Amino acid sequence: MNIDDIKREFPIFDDKIQNNDLVYLDSANSSQKPRVVVDRIYDFYTKEFSNVGRSVHYLAVAATNLYEQTRVSVQKYINAKDKDEIVFTKGATEAINLVANTFGQKYLSEGDEVLLTELEHHSNYVPWHFLRKAKNIKIEFAEINDNGEVTLEAIEKKITNKTKIISVSHLSNVTGAILPIKEIVQLAHSKNIPVLIDGCQGAPHLKLDMQDIDCDFYAISGHKMYGPTGIGILYAKKKWLEDLPPYQGGGGMINEVKKEGITYGELPNKYEAGTMATAQVIAFNESIKFMEKIGIQNIEKHEKELLDYGLEKLRKNNSVNIIGNPKEKGGVISFTIEGIHPHDIATILDEDGVAIRAGHHCCQILHDKLNLPATARASFGIYNTKDDIDKLNEAINKCKKIFNL
Amino acid sequence: MDLKDLYQEIILDHGKNPRNLGKFDNYNKDAKGNNPLCGDNVHVYLRLNENKKVEDIAFEGHGCAISMASASIMTDMVRGKEEKEVKEIVTDFLGMIKEKDSLETNILKDDEKTKLMSLSGVKQYPMRVKCATLSWHTLTSALDNSDQIVKTEE
Repeated sequence: MNIDDIKREFPIFDDKIQNNDLVYLDSANSSQKPRVVVDRIYDFYTKEFSNVGRSVHYLAVAATNLYEQTRVSVQKYINAKDKDEIVFTKGATEAINLVANTFGQKYLSEGDEVLLTELEHHSNYVPWHFLRKAKNIKIEFAEINDNGEVTLEAIEKKITNKTKIISVSHLSNVTGAILPIKEIVQLAHSKNIPVLIDGCQGAPHLKLDMQDIDCDFYAISGHKMYGPTGIGILYAKKKWLEDLPPYQGGGGMINEVKKEGITYGELPNKYEAGTMATAQVIAFNESIKFMEKIGIQNIEKHEKELLDYGLEKLRKNNSVNIIGNPKEKGGVISFTIEGIHPHDIATILDEDGVAIRAGHHCCQILHDKLNLPATARASFGIYNTKDDIDKLNEAINKCKKIFNL
Repeated sequence: MDLKDLYQEIILDHGKNPRNLGKFDNYNKDAKGNNPLCGDNVHVYLRLNENKKVEDIAFEGHGCAISMASASIMTDMVRGKEEKEVKEIVTDFLGMIKEKDSLETNILKDDEKTKLMSLSGVKQYPMRVKCATLSWHTLTSALDNSDQIVKTEE
């Protein structure tokens, strides 16, 4: 595997950005797109476009087949049992909202508890907060330890006989902690509690096997997996998709509509109301193929090397403070510099083409716990090299110079 | 774009050692402001006397060098001014950050204007404009006795 060859497959790196070679260290936010994905969108719109699942003309049938091919690709990629367990959404946010809304409607009532963790992204807290408002449920947070990880014991401590569902991240977008999700699922299932995994940061970087993990729900973001924006996946065990009510109403999700009443469509149409992000779904198949071609083991290995190199380099840099020290960690390094606000760091780094993120990364609960209003974050993708990390380190030194540190 | 325009000495100085930081006891107006995008926040306290003059002003909060420097310079500048004058300065400053090339108000002396113009570098960094304007919007809210927390995002 040659990273330079892989990087050349991403058109964004062809040209200078503001007169700099782009050092893109914001993949936890959104990844760049390989040419095959961009071309697929263009080709679909220019040569093959039609809506799916409705008309019987040639283009409609061909588009429907392409759309369903992505479903099968995703099913295989995450080793789901059945292709009907794959629901397309507009993103991971919608996938989590779908579960919170429909599960909440059917199974949650006053006093019931939903168990999250302190390191959840807002998209895995706000949808549950709606239920707290609407149904007076309680939300509990399993605590992080000093390393910025959530252990199985921390989860166990917060489970009560009122806990109705557990919803946790696979991989923290701030500390990089990889949660012991398989063990969490086993523990939860021993108490008859279903588990949702927010896989936004897990799916782009880790091997996924739904049948092995055995979770009830797994939310995936397409645009973090070298895919287009506007596409997410909800994996859900078939028994849940059959059992839970539909999420949105509209065309495509019905069976029969009469003045007296409506029956809903079969899976997976039941959860895909209206015209979906057709071109994005079809192009997402290319993202899956792209990742399969490289091999998830190779992606994991490459990003681990970058992480180890980055941690070593930044730890040697005085006044850089790395947030969290989890044993199992993905390609994310959040840091602060004593005396420089993360937003100033990000602006100064940007001047040299080093793109990072600064802020609370949609994790205010976690930042409150860490007693930090904001952090700076460098996150890796398959196209990053050790040279990128060297440039990050040099730009950090420039920051320190400007602020006379 | 030039970083030196954004991080001028005066900004770095006020950012590192903000003036008027910390609450005082006998304030009679205050307001909070948040920047939800970055988690920065500011709380402006002021005392308006019977002649509608800003007798004292201070702020609490945390944020980047730009937002701290902006609050620091702002509080320095409006102390001792009448409410009407303060409002004119705020409007002039926000207008300058938004579109105008210079400050127009006659209330400020030339050296005060130069000081405020040091914040004009943010114009080249649209994402950072909010850092410079948050404390100013919050000051307006405090003067207007608004209960609403100022947000940079709607």
